[in-house]
Amino acid sequence: MTSSNDCRLAAHDFARGFALRALRALGVLALLAFATTARADAVDDTLAKFLDDKFPQTEAAIGELAAEAPPQAAAILEALGDNRLLIDPADHLVAYKTVAGVLLNAKTGEPVQGLDAAAFKKVRVNNALRSAIEGAMGSLTLANPDPEKRLAAAEDVFRTHDAKALPALQAQLGKESDPRVVAALKLAQASIFATSDSASPQDRLSAIATLKERGDQDAQSLIDGIAQKATDPAVKSAAAAALSAIHTRLALWGVAQNLWYGISASSVLLLAAIGLAITFGVMGVINMAHGEMVMLGAYSTYVVQTLLPPSLQNWSLAFAIPLAFVVAGAVGIAIERLVIRFLYTRPLETLLATWGVSLILQQLVRSLFGANNRLVSNPPFMSGAFEIGGLSITTNRLWIIVLSAVVFIGLQLVLRATPFGLQMRAVTQNRRMAASMGISTARIDMLAFGLGSGVAGIAGVALSQIDNVSPNLGQGYIIDSFMVVVFGGVGNLWGTAFGALLIGLANKLLEPLIGAVQGQIVLLIFIILFIQRRPRGLFALRGRAVEA
Amino acid sequence: MSEAGSPSLTQTLLYLDGVSVSFDGYKALRSLSLVLLPGEMRAIIGPNGAGKTTMMDVITGKTRPDEGEVMFDGRHDLTKLDEAEIATLGVGRKFQKPTVFENHTVEDNLLLATKAPRSVRATLFGREDSETLQTINAILATTRLTDHRARIAGSLSHGQKQWLEIGMLLAQDPKLLLVDEPVAGMTDSETAATADLLREIARDHSVIVVEHDMHFVRELGVKVTCLHEGAVLAEGTLDQVSADPRVVEVYLGR
Amino acid sequence: MSARLDHLGLGFVAILIVAAILVPLLSLVVSPDSAFYLPPYLVQLLGKYLCYAILAVALDLVWGYCGILSLGHGAFFALGGYAMGMYLMRQIGTRGVYANPILPDFMVFLNWKELPVAWWGFNWFPYAMLMVVLVPGLLALAFGWFAFRSRVTGVYLSIITQAMTFALFKEFFRNDFGFGGNNGLTDFKDLLGFSLQAASTKAALFSASAIALILAYAVSRAIIGSKYGKALMAVRDAESRMRFIGYRVENYKLFAFVVSAIIAGIAGALYVPQVGIINPSEFAPANSIEAAIWVAVGGRGTLIGAAIGAIAVNFAKTYFTGAFPEYWLYGLGLLFVLGTLFLPKGLLGLALRGSEPKPREVVSVDAVEEGAEP
Repeated sequence: MTSSNDCRLAAHDFARGFALRALRALGVLALLAFATTARADAVDDTLAKFLDDKFPQTEAAIGELAAEAPPQAAAILEALGDNRLLIDPADHLVAYKTVAGVLLNAKTGEPVQGLDAAAFKKVRVNNALRSAIEGAMGSLTLANPDPEKRLAAAEDVFRTHDAKALPALQAQLGKESDPRVVAALKLAQASIFATSDSASPQDRLSAIATLKERGDQDAQSLIDGIAQKATDPAVKSAAAAALSAIHTRLALWGVAQNLWYGISASSVLLLAAIGLAITFGVMGVINMAHGEMVMLGAYSTYVVQTLLPPSLQNWSLAFAIPLAFVVAGAVGIAIERLVIRFLYTRPLETLLATWGVSLILQQLVRSLFGANNRLVSNPPFMSGAFEIGGLSITTNRLWIIVLSAVVFIGLQLVLRATPFGLQMRAVTQNRRMAASMGISTARIDMLAFGLGSGVAGIAGVALSQIDNVSPNLGQGYIIDSFMVVVFGGVGNLWGTAFGALLIGLANKLLEPLIGAVQGQIVLLIFIILFIQRRPRGLFALRGRAVEA
Repeated sequence: MSEAGSPSLTQTLLYLDGVSVSFDGYKALRSLSLVLLPGEMRAIIGPNGAGKTTMMDVITGKTRPDEGEVMFDGRHDLTKLDEAEIATLGVGRKFQKPTVFENHTVEDNLLLATKAPRSVRATLFGREDSETLQTINAILATTRLTDHRARIAGSLSHGQKQWLEIGMLLAQDPKLLLVDEPVAGMTDSETAATADLLREIARDHSVIVVEHDMHFVRELGVKVTCLHEGAVLAEGTLDQVSADPRVVEVYLGR
Repeated sequence: MSARLDHLGLGFVAILIVAAILVPLLSLVVSPDSAFYLPPYLVQLLGKYLCYAILAVALDLVWGYCGILSLGHGAFFALGGYAMGMYLMRQIGTRGVYANPILPDFMVFLNWKELPVAWWGFNWFPYAMLMVVLVPGLLALAFGWFAFRSRVTGVYLSIITQAMTFALFKEFFRNDFGFGGNNGLTDFKDLLGFSLQAASTKAALFSASAIALILAYAVSRAIIGSKYGKALMAVRDAESRMRFIGYRVENYKLFAFVVSAIIAGIAGALYVPQVGIINPSEFAPANSIEAAIWVAVGGRGTLIGAAIGAIAVNFAKTYFTGAFPEYWLYGLGLLFVLGTLFLPKGLLGLALRGSEPKPREVVSVDAVEEGAEP
């Protein structure tokens, strides 16, 4: 061990020794060598501060490391934060242990040899020091050659608004060329001005201007901090103005976010209700098993995902949507043929009979698939989320909006541009007249029921992407769907769309104001009151024939 | 808008002025005006879609006019009242298709129609007095339904239902009766008997009869109003009206 | 109403009177070893059936005689039940887990400091009983006033009654609403000082339920038999015709609806002490629809048929959910489907077939006029 001790001593004074020798040997390089020496001395002094193992000293050392930024600084600071920075006051040595457990000299970064590990003790850190370390780390990376790293560092400083990073920040700001990094640096600087007690009114004003630009929650609280601290009236009024601007902006984004939620909810409602609107419109009966058609669609998606080989999973929905349409549509036609057809003159009993059908279908699915929720995963293109300004948008909900729009347009086309659609509208408006003009109303009933149920199946595919797939899936949506149909009136899909939009939006916009359940109740009361005015819905056909 | 020489409002039983109704752009009534005096019987004729039934709907409160005035007895604004209030004022209506209470007995049908307090409390706790019973008996006799009083109304023949409905109107004892196609689907002898019955009723009631059947209208022998496209086309005796070239054109086409 | 149906009604009342006397005797006097002994749990079960039967009679009054298929009658039943439950909660007093003399346990648990106003007075039995009648009655009055005045009929009315009970269902789930949230009200101790665990209390509650059923039937029967009842049925068959002869149809419907809601509330109040709990699931729309099928199966427009249907279906439910739990929902579902398809007049209708002229299928005036000239 003695030889290694010699080595250590040699290493310890390596830089100084080298410089002295150089000075003697190469007078020409004296100036340069002096600079190197001075720098090395400064690092030595900094590191020496750790040897005292006193919090104020340690903090000073952190600050100096950040300012001087020697090559080992990041490693040293990281080690300090993780309690891996070790000192040997007796030998005047600072070292750190890597994560892998290798002991390295703090100054040189070379392995320490020939010293007893037991001679070292850890440098103590407290929470104040830890935040100082974070700030120092932030400013260290501010100078990183990688602009992404610089950006991240600037954002770090913005989060910690550590005043110690200010010199490094300003230094970098002077030479930074990447505009994104410049903006981030300015924000970081503003955050420091905003929190520092000693910032000048000019600094604060510029900080307010920069933060106002950013305009988010963080900026708001920073400016709020300035407003609390500032004594200068100009600063105070600028802060107040910026605050109210940000407040408005945030409120607007908040409303936009709720609007998005509302539109998303509306699209789901529209999908669930539009099939109901068709069957109710054509036949004047409410199919209480409509929710189960939705549920069957969701289980069709589950079955498709289970059966498809992994290579085709991305395309699962391309298989699930037609399958759900066919399965739910076929079951719908079966219900119409076997039950509803016989109850045409007894609409109230149709409610009961179809409720019975819904119980049977739920139990059937429970027997086949079990009572537990089935997991249906999002295909890759439907998972994740992205942000637009202050809006956070989940991809699966975006696709559901697209799907509901496609279904809506598709149904409009079927109704407006096909003979079947024409006949269906005729039956909706005046069954007797349609029948006397040779339209087979029984056939139209059956097909309309199939169509409405099939669309409900598609709704189930969409719901499987955002909700638990369980035998009770349909029950959760059925009452809201009824409300949409009641509100929108029958015989006009625009009424359904409008009803869905209104109910979806109102639900989500009322939610932050009075809570979800309260919001729904208010909405229910509104609809009940609304039916007073327009007993046949918003878009109801008016005329003597339907006015009775 | 009212025709020259028409009596002042307070003397009329029914006074329609400038009544318009439209459904989704379709104008069922266009500024219709009509005056009926107390005790008068009037026949309304007109082709399909002329607005006859809509006019009845407006008078009985089923349909609210978009504009125009509808006064009853010179002081009641019917556009502000609902069906039950108008009925209570003394306007009775017989529908085109006989609508009796099919699951009730003939007697109960008349009992429900009989002029008596209509409140829930009155019907819940009231007892039928002998006077009511006499009225019912009298009407049963008039409408030749005495033998059928205990029968379920749904089991009556079509003609019997028509008569039961007229009987119910009589039981209501309204000031004004609106009768929509009372002889549709009746045999000739039933038609003749119905005309007799209506003339009998017209002695102490005002009546508006809507009818297609010209023989029947002639049999009634009353003033006739011809409607066309929601407005009055001609008014007068049946002979005058049927001589009007516009009426001929409407009925026969060009 | 046919004379035969009235005779059946008398028989029904007689059976109930006998049961009201006999069941307590068999439960309390007969020795447990005897074959005729009725254990308390059975008495309780029968009492529960009777409460359902009262609810069915209430529903039949509006559906069978006025054509209003309420899919929200479970709400009135539950509200009556909650009113009774609140009385029973206040009776627990210091015997609760937290031994708070005023606040029920769940309020202490939620860290509430004082009794909400809605709970005031419920420690006084007559007040609680007043609320049993008043709360469902007022809700029906408010709801019906809006709905009937604006002529909401048919399936629309059914759907909004369902929405009504659904709204209450959600509201009662909330802890903040102040009625025990999800867990509802339970752990009752005694009623008017009688322990709910005692066999004698159970027998007394059974008899009370039987008497309440008799009264519900008698009141409904009296209403139906009056001129009002004739008018009500006329409203059912030809609503607008009734308007044109001067009846305020909405008032006729409203009266029946309110009376029916009150009867349902009383049924709920008798139900709660017998089953020992009331929670928001009683408001579930499914419960109300199930009540409709009791009425449909028994025979709507007959009152006693509705009561018999309620007892029969619930007996079947008890049996099947015990013996073949996974098949009960199939059975219930089929009952809905086959009952409406093949038994439009219910079991009683089947039994009475031929005793009166076959009434026409009721098609309302509104439907008839729809095809009239434009």
